[in-house]
Amino acid sequence: MKSSLTIRICMGTGGIAAGGADVMAVFADQLATKGIRADIRKHCSIHKVGCRGLCAKDVLVDVIRNGDKTTYQYIKPDMVERIIEEHVVGGNPVQEWAVGEDYHQFHDKQIKVVLSDCGNINPEDIDSYISAGGYSALEQAVKMTPAETIALIKKSGLRGRGGAGFPTGVKWEICRSVDASQKYIICNADEGDPGAFMDRSVIEGNPHAVIEGMTVGAVAIGADKGYVYIRAEYPLAVERLRNALKQARERSFLGKNILGSGINFDIRVKLGAGAFVCGEETALIASIEGLRGMPRAKPPFPVYKGLWGKPTVINNVETLANIPHIIRKGAEWYASFGTEKSKGTKVFALTGKIRNSGLIEVPMGIPLREIIFDIGGGIENNRKIKAVQTGGPSGGCIPAELLDITVDFESLARVGSIVGSGGMVVLDETDCMVNIAKFFLQFTQSESCGKCVPCRIGTKRLLEILERVTAGKGRLGDIELLESLANDIKATSLCGLGQTAPNPVLSTIKYFRDEFEAHITKKKCPAGVCRDLLSFVVLKDFCKGCGACKRVCPAGAITGERKQTHAIDPEVCVKCGACFDACKFKAIGKG
Amino acid sequence: MLHLTINGLRVTVPEGTTILDAARSADIPIPTLCHHPKLTPYGGCRLCIVEVKGINRPVTSCTTPVAADMEVATTTPAIERMRKTILELILSDHPNDCMVCEKAGDCTLQELAYFYGVSDNRFEGERRCYTGKDHNPFIGRDMEKCILCGKCVRVCEEVQGVGAIDIAYRGFNAKICPPFEKDLSCEFCGQCVSVCPTGALTGKAWTQRGRQKDVREIDTTCPYCGCGCSLTLHVRRNEIVRVSSRDDTINEGWLCPKGRFGYTFVHSRDRLKTPLIKEKGVHREASWDEALDLIASRLSKIGKKHGPDAIGGLSSARCTNEENYLFQKFMRAVIGTNNVDHCARL
Ligand SMILES: Cc1cc2nc3c(=O)[nH]c(=O)nc-3n(C[C@H](O)[C@H](O)[C@H](O)COP(=O)(O)O)c2cc1C
Ligand code: SF4
Ligand code: SF4
Ligand code: FES
Repeated sequence: MKSSLTIRICMGTGGIAAGGADVMAVFADQLATKGIRADIRKHCSIHKVGCRGLCAKDVLVDVIRNGDKTTYQYIKPDMVERIIEEHVVGGNPVQEWAVGEDYHQFHDKQIKVVLSDCGNINPEDIDSYISAGGYSALEQAVKMTPAETIALIKKSGLRGRGGAGFPTGVKWEICRSVDASQKYIICNADEGDPGAFMDRSVIEGNPHAVIEGMTVGAVAIGADKGYVYIRAEYPLAVERLRNALKQARERSFLGKNILGSGINFDIRVKLGAGAFVCGEETALIASIEGLRGMPRAKPPFPVYKGLWGKPTVINNVETLANIPHIIRKGAEWYASFGTEKSKGTKVFALTGKIRNSGLIEVPMGIPLREIIFDIGGGIENNRKIKAVQTGGPSGGCIPAELLDITVDFESLARVGSIVGSGGMVVLDETDCMVNIAKFFLQFTQSESCGKCVPCRIGTKRLLEILERVTAGKGRLGDIELLESLANDIKATSLCGLGQTAPNPVLSTIKYFRDEFEAHITKKKCPAGVCRDLLSFVVLKDFCKGCGACKRVCPAGAITGERKQTHAIDPEVCVKCGACFDACKFKAIGKG
Repeated sequence: MLHLTINGLRVTVPEGTTILDAARSADIPIPTLCHHPKLTPYGGCRLCIVEVKGINRPVTSCTTPVAADMEVATTTPAIERMRKTILELILSDHPNDCMVCEKAGDCTLQELAYFYGVSDNRFEGERRCYTGKDHNPFIGRDMEKCILCGKCVRVCEEVQGVGAIDIAYRGFNAKICPPFEKDLSCEFCGQCVSVCPTGALTGKAWTQRGRQKDVREIDTTCPYCGCGCSLTLHVRRNEIVRVSSRDDTINEGWLCPKGRFGYTFVHSRDRLKTPLIKEKGVHREASWDEALDLIASRLSKIGKKHGPDAIGGLSSARCTNEENYLFQKFMRAVIGTNNVDHCARL
């Protein structure tokens, strides 16, 4: 075998933040000074790759030497020299810097379709995508009839990944059937959920897959113009997308007469200004049209009357990135993953009190427990898991007792949550559920477009009730008031934002009513989170009178002579918890 | 035509009609705040919700077109409860100072609060707080009373074609304002004032000039130009205190700034009430007979001495077509000159 060398450096937003660009520069530099030619494509290459999920271990570097891959974690520029010395030149991987068992465990139960090329190919090089099979689906699609393509997507069972889970093939079919001189396809890359970065990673890691999926869709529905609506806060994704569009045009995958088929299609990038509500499809359309990003009543649905009043398909980034794989490998292949009604895989952003947080892709129908304990590696600090919040601000909390449910559209809906766009936050016993509900409501409340009354004023009032509950000013009847108002907001709001905003409140009340009651009647926060409900006391039996607490207290609330039991004046205490952290004898009680 | 039933009553309407219009055509009332028959449906206030059999959530009747054999219920206990919740929410962020509000007695919000008996409000909390800065003499804005129905924005854009205002900010802080929250700088047609369902927008000229119950409404034609818009003068103690226009008129209820706000001259002290004759550089009051006699004698003298073309006549755009016709006839047939023109050409 001819000797070969590939070095891949993670340069998603996470990788760059961890110093990926410097690591890459040092690699290139040192290889050059060592006389190792890093620019002969076939045999020796060094290139950037997109995110592979475990950003916490960035900068991640793959060194593939003569076909053997070693992945290194936490790489800093000053570590590069030794890797080149010992591994690249010497042939002995630096084992102590290589990823451990947890890295492999993180990946073992994942099945990567959408993310399959992310982390392997160079997102800035169209040839890298093509050599991984890229654009062969488009070549196939221009030879198929639109009806055949649509039938294939329908058969695969693919459902929208943007939140609502609408069957993609059906959406395309309706749009195809509407008679109009002009149609559009829009890729929704607004991704406004707090903590979500699935779509960003896909575009940063493999922008051509989205372009290819969109172009297949355009050919199927008969659109000759497309837009990617992407938030301006994603500069790297925007840059890579624009670069990819340019390359695709040069190779005739986009533009006039695509691949000699006579079909015209091109894509424009439209930057969003970071409003969550602009992810809602009718608001998104208004925003592209230059109007205020505000939803309108449906019907008419965008497939009938969308952008500039023309039939328009709107699909999520992940939905579209699935398309090339389905065309290439077939509907049966895709449908072999997942459950009866939820096919394929789903990307989740796994965060919270979990050991391995990051981006994961799992088959639909995987038990929640496997995600948390096998992929996620369990809870940090061996604490007890309390709940898993899925679906972001529109979703709900699944309590620990229900960990054995499977993760798919139907089963999450049954327990009062949603798959949504794929946020998954793990909560442990140190999380206060009232506070969690408050957190999500703060978000939706401030992101409401303000058009309709229940959402604009209703979510504000919900939030205010939660604020008073966590401040120890909750009143009897507040839980019922929350439920009643939440249900009315859900029923009467105009768009999905208002219709789902109360979900975090309702689901936490449903499963953790006792925590709400403790806040209201006992004025206690069982998780010890809500500061106004905390009190700090010196425990007589443990206090040695060392005075450590007295020294750190910023409010001067602690008194006591040396070697005497100290005391905290509750009137003066500002509940900052400094004494609790300072005491070496666990003599400060919090509760 | 489509057939549907509303509250059990069979109704037949053309395709494309909204549920709201279908109900109104059958004299079935549905409360609304953001709907205006001449503006694009909005769906913002959510008060017009109704139940439709087969749809598992309430739908807004102002935005939903009817379908064949639809079964609509406009007042179920659940719907009425939700409407009341919505009103409570609106009033929880409202000054509720009806006793001094210009709009009292003529306010849709007040009326709905009355019919739904919203006296105890389950909700309380932060209220929006704005400082006004309207230096224009026409439109007063009290945005704390605004319920964000968006009618002013739509009328400005869709009817007037100006687009001087829109919604700024998000969520609870959403607010109607001109760009960059500057002072209002527009045509001041006051169309927004005419559609505002609350006391948020009012005419400055009619502040504290009288409640609606003391007012006599007199329909007339606007004297300002030949368009001849219909005006309704609101008259209290023989004084015009406000001008509006009915929407079933030639001008569909829309007016311009002069017609809507330019009426105070009627009661001006400086207004001329008799003809004046200038003698030795001084004006003195005269009777119409005396003045007209003087004009006739001077016109004939000038005509005789210098010929009719020495005389020219200028008429006014504020006259009616009939008056202008008579004037040119007078100039041509009586005086005998074609020297006649009109201020609108100047
Ligand atoms: C408030 C709100 C925010 C949304 N944000 C997004 C988003 O960021 N990305 C997205 O793809 N879909 C979002 N959606 C869903 C879209 O309206 C739409 O259903 C989706 O883009 C359709 O694509 P799909 O069928 O491929 O899922 C949002 C919906 C609502 C109500
Ligand atoms: S539900 Fe909220 S975000 Fe949606 S239209 Fe109403 S106010 Fe706007
Ligand atoms: S100012 Fe009046 S018309 Fe304009 S949105 Fe507010 S309440 Fe509606
Ligand atoms: S009148 Fe229908 S939502 Fe306001």
